[in-house]
Amino acid sequence: MNKRRPYVRPMDGWWRRNPFFVEYMIHEGTALFVAAYAGILLNGLLHLSRGEAAWNVWLEGLKNPLYIAFHVLALVAISYHTYTWFKIMPRTMPPVIVGGKRLPDGAITGGGLAVAAAASLVLLLAVWGMAR
Amino acid sequence: MKRTLKRSNAPIFWALFGAGGMLSALLGPMLVLITGIAVPLGLLLPADTMSYANMLAFSQNVIGKGFILAIIALFLWHAAHRIFHSLHDIGIHAGIGAKLLCYGGAMLGTLFAAYSLLAIGF
Repeated sequence: MNKRRPYVRPMDGWWRRNPFFVEYMIHEGTALFVAAYAGILLNGLLHLSRGEAAWNVWLEGLKNPLYIAFHVLALVAISYHTYTWFKIMPRTMPPVIVGGKRLPDGAITGGGLAVAAAASLVLLLAVWGMAR
Repeated sequence: MKRTLKRSNAPIFWALFGAGGMLSALLGPMLVLITGIAVPLGLLLPADTMSYANMLAFSQNVIGKGFILAIIALFLWHAAHRIFHSLHDIGIHAGIGAKLLCYGGAMLGTLFAAYSLLAIGF
C-alpha cells in the first residue's frame, strides 16, 4: 500500500471553462456525425448488394422521422466541419508563397470555402443529371 | 541501442484523416442533403434518384464504385482518427485497445464496403 497521495489537479470539464476549447471540442465532435453518416451509407451499400427488396427496405427506412432529424443535425454538423476545416487550414498546411509574399489566411479559408461550394453544386448537378 | 530506428506509422493515419477530412468538407454537406433529406422527403430531385436500378447502375460503374468506396472508407478513417485523438481530451487515456477499436472499426468498414462493391459486380 502506497501512503503517498500526490495532488493531481482535476481536469474534469477543462474544456468547458474556455470558449476557445468549447469550439475545439465542437469541431472535433463533428467526427461523430461523419462516422454515423458513413455507417448509414455503408449499411445502404450492404443492402444494395443483397438485391432490390433489401435496398428498398433501407431506402424506406430513411423516411423515418428519426433518420430525417439525424440527417438535419448531420447537415449542420458536417457543414460546420467544412467551415472549421478551411478556417484552420492556414495553420495545417505549409505556408503558400505567392510573388514572394505569404498568402494571407483569409485567402486560403475563402478559397477553400469557394471550392467546397463549387464542388457541392457540381455534385448536385451531377446527381440531378444522372437521375433524370 | 536498436540499430534500426522504427518508422512511425502515424503519417499513414494522418494522410487518411486528411483525405477524409477534405472529402467530407467538400462533399459531406451536399451528400447528407441529397441522401438523407432531399430524396427521402421527395424534394429537389426526381423521385427515382436513388431507385434500385439507378443505384445498381451507379455501383456497377468503375467510377461509381471508386466514389462510393472513397466516401465511405475515407469518412470512416477521418472520423476514427479524430475520435481516437479526442479520447485524451475527454479524460480517457487511450491505449492500444482504443486504437484497435477506432482504426479497426474503420478498417472493418472499409473491408465491408469493398466486399459489397465486389459482390455487386461489374
